[in-house]
Amino acid sequence: MKADPKGVLTGAHYIDGNYAIAEGALAAGCRFFGGYPITPSTEIAERFVQRAPHVGGLFIQMEDEMGSMNAVLGASWGGVKSMTCTSGPGFSLMMENFGLGLMLETPCVLVNVQRGGPSTGLPTLPGQGDMMQARWGSHGDYEVIALAPDSPQEGFDLTIHAFNLSERYRMPVLMMTDECVGHMTEKVVIPSAEGIEVEPRRFTKKPPSEFLPYEVDESLVPYAPIPGEGYRFHVSGLTHDEQGYPVINAEAQDKLVRRLVDKVKKNAADICKYEEKDIDGADVVVLSYGITSRVVQPAVEMAKKKGIKIGQIRLIVVWPFPEERIRELAGSVKGIVVPEINLGQMVLEVERCAAGRCATILVAHAGGGVHDPETIFQAIKEAAK
Amino acid sequence: MKFWRTPLDVERLKVPRGEVHIIKDRCKGCGFCVEYCPRGALEMSDEFNAKGYHPPRITDETLCVSCNLCEMLCPEFAIFCVLKEEPEPGEEKKVEG
Amino acid sequence: MRADAPAKPAIEHPMESLLRMDRIPHIWCPTCGIGTAVTAFASALEENEIPLDSVSVVSGIGCTGRVAGYMKLDSYHTTHGRAVPFAVGLHLAKPSLKVVVFSGDGDLAGIGGNHFIHTARRNVDITVICVNNFLYAMTGGQVAATTPVSANTSTSPYGNFEQPFNLPLLAQSCGAVYVARWTALHIRRMTKAFGEALNKKGFSFVEVIAPCSTLYARRNRLGTGLDLMKFYHDNSEIRHGADPNDLNIGFQEKIICGKFVDIEKPTFLDSMNECYGKSLGEKYEIYEGAAHA
Repeated sequence: MKADPKGVLTGAHYIDGNYAIAEGALAAGCRFFGGYPITPSTEIAERFVQRAPHVGGLFIQMEDEMGSMNAVLGASWGGVKSMTCTSGPGFSLMMENFGLGLMLETPCVLVNVQRGGPSTGLPTLPGQGDMMQARWGSHGDYEVIALAPDSPQEGFDLTIHAFNLSERYRMPVLMMTDECVGHMTEKVVIPSAEGIEVEPRRFTKKPPSEFLPYEVDESLVPYAPIPGEGYRFHVSGLTHDEQGYPVINAEAQDKLVRRLVDKVKKNAADICKYEEKDIDGADVVVLSYGITSRVVQPAVEMAKKKGIKIGQIRLIVVWPFPEERIRELAGSVKGIVVPEINLGQMVLEVERCAAGRCATILVAHAGGGVHDPETIFQAIKEAAK
Repeated sequence: MKFWRTPLDVERLKVPRGEVHIIKDRCKGCGFCVEYCPRGALEMSDEFNAKGYHPPRITDETLCVSCNLCEMLCPEFAIFCVLKEEPEPGEEKKVEG
Repeated sequence: MRADAPAKPAIEHPMESLLRMDRIPHIWCPTCGIGTAVTAFASALEENEIPLDSVSVVSGIGCTGRVAGYMKLDSYHTTHGRAVPFAVGLHLAKPSLKVVVFSGDGDLAGIGGNHFIHTARRNVDITVICVNNFLYAMTGGQVAATTPVSANTSTSPYGNFEQPFNLPLLAQSCGAVYVARWTALHIRRMTKAFGEALNKKGFSFVEVIAPCSTLYARRNRLGTGLDLMKFYHDNSEIRHGADPNDLNIGFQEKIICGKFVDIEKPTFLDSMNECYGKSLGEKYEIYEGAAHA
């Protein structure tokens, strides 16, 4: 399906990453925003509310982040594409109902403009310390989809992609950006509506008498009922059967949780997205994501000048993690260098997949800024030894 | 029926009659229906239902005037009454006002 | 009825079309009042001829939180305290729906208190029904924001010393346009109140004082739910239009019931449309919600 031209601000713009995300959402057909202000994500909400009345959208500033997340879920069940954004502590507050969204299988997008933590941390400065929280922040077993743009342009593009993935797999999708990308102003080109593919809601085509809210075909993704049209469906955060009715036993739990996990795992090839550069014949690969992938560039240049065979892999979709590709790489390189603005999160995944077959070197940064490229260069040199 | 003061239109009016239905296996024996039946048409039985509760039983079906109070109070959706339509020749069918 | 009569009568209980009969019997204890509130709600829907397909029930967690699972309507069983914001999103996405929150007192006034006051303040057009049994029942009878002073609960074993919320006052002071309170015994008045609340444009709130036999009555040696019903019979007073300040409930003291607020005020969407219309003129595209609405 093509995008509704109403929400698409076609043209070349000079805007920051947060505005680009709001524009991406409007282009994707998002018409509901349940917001709660928190630095450094607030500009997404501000842009959305300025634009919403012109395109038939609605913004409501809820009373807290629990309220925002739930209003977004409710609106999505009402049939409107919906989103919210947050940072730092707000992300923690949204985690409970992010889990509800996964359990009810509710398409929506949650943007986390990462800042330094823990707790109030560094409200105005960047971090990438929520990457594992994105993966495991709600309780119980589940899989997530999380995207990490490295520029305002990608903020726009990936937001549309995030909405599409959320509709395709009927689950909340995370945009794990950071303060740098959020507040970085660059050229953003918004194509015409005909150039934007959007996925519509997977509404059921069955009549109410034959419909079950959690019946799935081989895609493992259920079809949505149309609210108010006589489906009289029940959905619950409790472990449930195909009918949506609570079933409190180990068998039902096994069936449901495995399906929720499998619908992401078995479709990982469709979901995973990364960008590679100079991988063939590389001795050292730098794996990065978000703003860090841009800080890596001078370090890579320094390494090249020293004659190090250096390749790069940039995660665009961070979760699910591209396990197979990293396993492959680990067998052919001396080392993988992982710079990130935390004290070691995604590097754990790299280590797990490398399983000792190559060195994995973390270049840690506690947050509040970005790496000095020199530190990344030193790690590359170390890995190339 | 006893009256404090016989209504003037007592000849014309007909007391509605109800038919009580008890879904015994749904009952949890709370006794709301027995306690609040304004006609005393119900009492708790000694019988056990499938869940081990004592469901109510009807003392005298002719007492029920189909006020539906038991139906509305029952937290278990286990009792209801339906209006018995018994048109008798020469009598007005419905109570007006 | 004879002992050997069939358990299920030939004709159906009139409520069956509105209930998920495959889930009945429900989990509520004997002499619990929640089932009675459900009956009254179902009767109100029928009496007011509200198109059932347009009704959505949203519940949180707790005993009353299970209502969504038993009503044969579009129904959502959400997380603890969050039924109200979920309902807000649902209503705003599709304003043609009649969105009703069925919540317990712990869910609504405790963990969900912030959502409750703000949704009343914004006058979002939803109906909130609170079944108040004075404690957290599902988790075993802990002290709640509504537990009367001196009442015994599992986390106030020496008696509650905190002041409870007066829910009608809270709702009224935050801006609710319809506020009523009835006990589970006031079955016809409760039904009428539900009907009025459903038809009210704006944030409508009905508190239902209901017996909890297993926890509240037992811990406080008050007998069973039936004894609490008898207590309501003897100790509730109907005072329509009463000053909400006078509606505190003391332990085994008089319960004032009635309709306290019934006013007109622009809803959240009314105000939004007016504001945007004024500021943006023709550029404002009036919000209509979901495309298929």
